[in-house]
Amino acid sequence: MPLTKRIIPCLDVKDGRTVKGVNFVNIRDAGDAVELASIYAEQGADELVFLDITATNEKRKTLLELVTKVAAAINIPFTVGGGISSVEDVSVLLNAGADKVSINTAAIKRPALITEIARQFGTQCTVLAVDAKFENDNWFVYLNGGRVATTMNAIEWMKQAIDLGAGEILLTSINHDGTRQGFANDLIKEVESFSSVPVIASGGAGNMQHFADVFEAGADAALAASLFHYKEISIPDLKAFLKKQGANVRMVS
Amino acid sequence: MKLVIIKYNAGNVCSVEFGLQRLGVNAIVTDNIEEIGSADKIIFPGVGAAGFAMDYLRERKLDELIKNCKQPFLGICLGMQLLCGHSEENDTPCIGVFDEHVKKFEGDIKVPQMGWNNIYDLKQPLFNGLNEDEYVYFVHSYYVEKSMHTVATANYSLEYSAAIQKDNFYAVQFHPEKSGIAGEKILKNFIEL
Repeated sequence: MPLTKRIIPCLDVKDGRTVKGVNFVNIRDAGDAVELASIYAEQGADELVFLDITATNEKRKTLLELVTKVAAAINIPFTVGGGISSVEDVSVLLNAGADKVSINTAAIKRPALITEIARQFGTQCTVLAVDAKFENDNWFVYLNGGRVATTMNAIEWMKQAIDLGAGEILLTSINHDGTRQGFANDLIKEVESFSSVPVIASGGAGNMQHFADVFEAGADAALAASLFHYKEISIPDLKAFLKKQGANVRMVS
Repeated sequence: MKLVIIKYNAGNVCSVEFGLQRLGVNAIVTDNIEEIGSADKIIFPGVGAAGFAMDYLRERKLDELIKNCKQPFLGICLGMQLLCGHSEENDTPCIGVFDEHVKKFEGDIKVPQMGWNNIYDLKQPLFNGLNEDEYVYFVHSYYVEKSMHTVATANYSLEYSAAIQKDNFYAVQFHPEKSGIAGEKILKNFIEL
């Protein structure tokens, strides 16, 4: 069998706590990232992504403590991203218990960072996050969480990054993010046509069919945040739906 | 019970330690020969490159120690590959508990294999209580061929050994500490051997 399609909830954390609304009734503290992570793991999430949206130096220690608590609590892999700009940053996160790290702006500023991380820790833990926006018939790379435009072609950048050692691509379409109208299926299809590494689709999930569509387009994994946090879709329901549609997903009994 | 995790500079040892803690076992992480020798059970984890890891083990004479272990011994991921005779990764002669060769995945597939795949033809005692086709989490570019020692099989463009066993030596290619409930059962089975 080929690998299963992965469902990945994304948790935005600030000062060690989850931000963006979380709407779980049986959770003691909606901001507790460890508790939320444990719930997702139990429900059958295949992996988790934590994005540190503070990522200032003084908050770094809080993040490391959180990473260790998450690693101690959950029995599935997780990726940590946000503000990583050196091999040293990666080293402390992996030693704290993260399985993978995702890099974005720092890799654009200095692409050799991808190679340095991959060489020291392996391509399997080197995730390249790309925020792409479709303008004038081309996908362009954006920086700083989608706020800063560049003239870089996103497709070319992903090709280059894979050659440099990126082991996975976390691809967010800015056009689709927050719209709840579905993932950027055409973009995913295009990237999957050349990518020798797994691609995680991000941005645009609004219902269960959207996940089926993006997997049909070739995505190896699909990421969503508020849809899961607000309990609009539960992971067991989503997986049952996907399985019924013929997708290869990991069911948790 | 004294459970030792062999420390060597090959990545994420703490995730195995945490996995055992969730099962109520506090393991000792060490590369000290006496500590390892006196353990009741030994876990040999690892993420990283074979050549570099074997150099580290040889420098500390851990390769000979491992080969002569009589306790229940569990190799994980790279730990499984290092128990074999030879790895194509950096053309590395390995510890040789098993004669099998470690080969690189080739062809029209994504390498490393990274994600959840099913395992089947499961044999006791390591897979006691698991269903056939259970999903576990794999991250690897090299694989161990199927052989008489295979106790679980996986398929990624070809069939290969997801787990092997010979006497007191057990080894799994996937990461039980990252494989949800299924992985916890496998670790528990090893602890209870």
